[in-house]
Amino acid sequence: MSDYLKLVGFGLLAFLAAMGADWARDPAYMLHAIIVLVLSASAFLWTLRTMPADGVPRAPRPAPGGYMDGPVRAGVIATAFWGAAGFLVGTWIAFQLAFPALNIEWAQPYANFGRLRPLHTSAVIFAFGGNALIATSFYVVQRTCGARLWGGNAGWFVFWGYNLFIVLAATGYLLGATQSKEYAEPEWYVDIWLTIVWLVYLAVFLGTIVRRRERHIYVANWFYLAFIVTVAMLHVVNNLSIPVSIWGSKSVQVFAGVQDAMTQWWYGHNAVGFFLTAGFLGMMYYFVPKQAERPIYSYKLSIIHFWALIFLYIWAGPHHLHYTALPDWAATLGMVFSVILWMPSWGGMINGLMTLQGAWDKIRTDPIIRMFVASLAFYGMSTFEGPMMSIRAVNSLSHYTDWTIGHVHSGALGWNGLITFGALYFLTPRLWGRRQMHSVAAINLHFWLATLGIVLYAASMWVSGIMEGLMWREVDANGFLVNAFADTVSAKFPMYVVRALGGVLYLAGGLVMIWNMWRTIRAPDARPVLAATPAE
Amino acid sequence: MSDRKEIDEATGTETTGHDWDGIKELNTPLPRWWLWTFYATVVWGVIYTILFPAWPMVSGATVGLLGYSTRAEVAAEVERVALSNAELTESLATIDLGVLEENAALHDFAVAAGASVFRNHCSQCHGAGAAGVQAGGYPNLLDDDWLWGGQIEDIAITVRHGIRNEEDAGARFSEMPAFEGILTDEEIAATAAFVRGLSGLDHDAALASDGAELFAQNCTACHGEDGRGDRELGAPNLADAIWLRGGRQEDIERQLRTPRHGVMPPWGDRLGEAQIRAVAAYVHGLGGGERQVAAPVDDAEAEAAAEVPPASYPAGAEPTPAEAGEPPVEPVETD
Repeated sequence: MSDYLKLVGFGLLAFLAAMGADWARDPAYMLHAIIVLVLSASAFLWTLRTMPADGVPRAPRPAPGGYMDGPVRAGVIATAFWGAAGFLVGTWIAFQLAFPALNIEWAQPYANFGRLRPLHTSAVIFAFGGNALIATSFYVVQRTCGARLWGGNAGWFVFWGYNLFIVLAATGYLLGATQSKEYAEPEWYVDIWLTIVWLVYLAVFLGTIVRRRERHIYVANWFYLAFIVTVAMLHVVNNLSIPVSIWGSKSVQVFAGVQDAMTQWWYGHNAVGFFLTAGFLGMMYYFVPKQAERPIYSYKLSIIHFWALIFLYIWAGPHHLHYTALPDWAATLGMVFSVILWMPSWGGMINGLMTLQGAWDKIRTDPIIRMFVASLAFYGMSTFEGPMMSIRAVNSLSHYTDWTIGHVHSGALGWNGLITFGALYFLTPRLWGRRQMHSVAAINLHFWLATLGIVLYAASMWVSGIMEGLMWREVDANGFLVNAFADTVSAKFPMYVVRALGGVLYLAGGLVMIWNMWRTIRAPDARPVLAATPAE
Repeated sequence: MSDRKEIDEATGTETTGHDWDGIKELNTPLPRWWLWTFYATVVWGVIYTILFPAWPMVSGATVGLLGYSTRAEVAAEVERVALSNAELTESLATIDLGVLEENAALHDFAVAAGASVFRNHCSQCHGAGAAGVQAGGYPNLLDDDWLWGGQIEDIAITVRHGIRNEEDAGARFSEMPAFEGILTDEEIAATAAFVRGLSGLDHDAALASDGAELFAQNCTACHGEDGRGDRELGAPNLADAIWLRGGRQEDIERQLRTPRHGVMPPWGDRLGEAQIRAVAAYVHGLGGGERQVAAPVDDAEAEAAAEVPPASYPAGAEPTPAEAGEPPVEPVETD
């Protein structure tokens, strides 16, 4: 019976997608309709070919046992793949900024900076970071709850559904479909699809927590849960829009003017706060103590900084709108909450670093621990720099300059990147039943490539940003501006080249990791993957 | 899972007794420095929100004890600069541009102001260095080849009214007819060859001799018999080495067939008289400016013009009207 329902569902979907492809008002919508058509038609055929004939009972499947690591393995591979793709696009657009001729004429308008830039940000934040978060959260929640992932194949749905979202978003950008909201560029139907996937993700995660065999919920899971719940809320509110036509990708935002800007930066800042901070702190709280084989430094600190962080972060968004049409009172609150956020943010760094008490020597001997430590150090730096830049007077210098770009990347490349690399190095041998990574020396090489890359990137953008800010505000003795905007652009050229070279190093490190993971997974000394049974 | 608390050997700290997948937790108290810094930021936050506009109310928000507002801060700064430059600006707006260069202080002020105006409003087309963009047909302002005249007053008129725009009835206007359909391809090629000959460029002499007659019939009315152009009409000098639309044979032929005409917006209403004059003085001083010759200046006029107070920015310590609690001076609308 359920097979017939599936057939009807897939058939209907394929039919609708075919209509959409035919009536599409723009190329992005048409391509997306064709993708959905191919996927749903394939699912239809597959269901048809595998369903048993009438009266024949379905062959019984063995009851699943142990942890469900399939989606985690897929997620680990997807993380590495999207990471390399995102770093590559980032490096390319860094060169485009230094050498505008790289906006190659024949590739217009698809490969100009304006379309590749959201491709880069979405690829690294949502594809690389998102897959890392989903994969590690599935791994961590099972281990720390002593329970198999709830929802059967829902875990697979989350993985494939999320990656379909990424493909739709990325192809949409190249074809010009964007709602022009930073980090929320995908258009309305892609947003709706992500909402569905995300609610299933929430259900799978919560369901696993509910069926846990541990009395308490581990701190990593608090952070993951805060990330999933808050991102759902942010995503829905910031993407409220009305499609111009259900057969086209264009939509109109329901908010306008400064309300829209405020909603956007409430979303945008909390994408940083909950996606890139809370979620990755969940990762940190599992992988750092596991790799260091040390207990978490302070249970009390984890409670206090968790609640302080999630309470305070949500108010900090207005600091993105200093000196704009946003009323002063809102900007003041955004700034004050950002500064108060400093210590709660550092709570995570302290808990991570101090977990190494009694195991400090591992920084010397274990390149994975070294990655975690460097990651936490960059986390500490950018969560100090952030509150500082939110202060109105500092912001008047830093806003709209490359300093912001440097700040974001010291957090993204340093904190999010390095901790994800560490987690991938931790997971790969365990998920594929290997004793350890193929090459520890390559991990070490990756560490140095990445760290040097970040240093080049962050340092050049600090110099460039502060120079640019000072040039913009430079006035002569009569109060007249001294520099044309184009003067500041040409002055940034050397820093742009250094930044791009930093990107090359970081990308090279990522490729070394992929090679290492490939060799580990394909190693001949495979032993069967332990389908570990939950504790007790 | 066991809730058995134990003492961690490396640190001597008790654990909480929890255990998840082998992860335990120490029961370390909150680091004091962390806690006190956190408290300090909270206290600072409370004080700051009392001093500055912060808390939303039913209508509006608390204004803060300091009465600070970003708009008032910017307005006061703009006002301070405007006040300190007021006399110079007034003098600049009224002085006879023919004698501007006689007044060194005012001329320096005008050039500095004009540079800033140029960077903000003109560099987008003419380039930050004012060298123009040939691919876009934006003239180079560094040379002494002027379509509409190179004295400060000429430049000011161009800036004030613009060129070939529909907004300003006083805009400078000229239009070269399209010779496609009027002349044959051979005739156009011949004329172009002749034009290249005017400035001594390599050209097909046989063609050019055919072109001479055509040039005399069709072009001299505007460009003059010697091809040196006419600034009254905005007709370019064809006998020099400067080519706004390119000087190759095919460039000139294309311009003959379907001439392209640049458009410049009028800036009079947007910038105001003082800034118009300032940017004219700046452009005039870039290298190609021509001396005002029409009205000779007598000593009395020069002396009167020189009686302009020097610039006094940054202003003294006296408060601006806004700071003194008087109604703030409205910033000048520039558009």
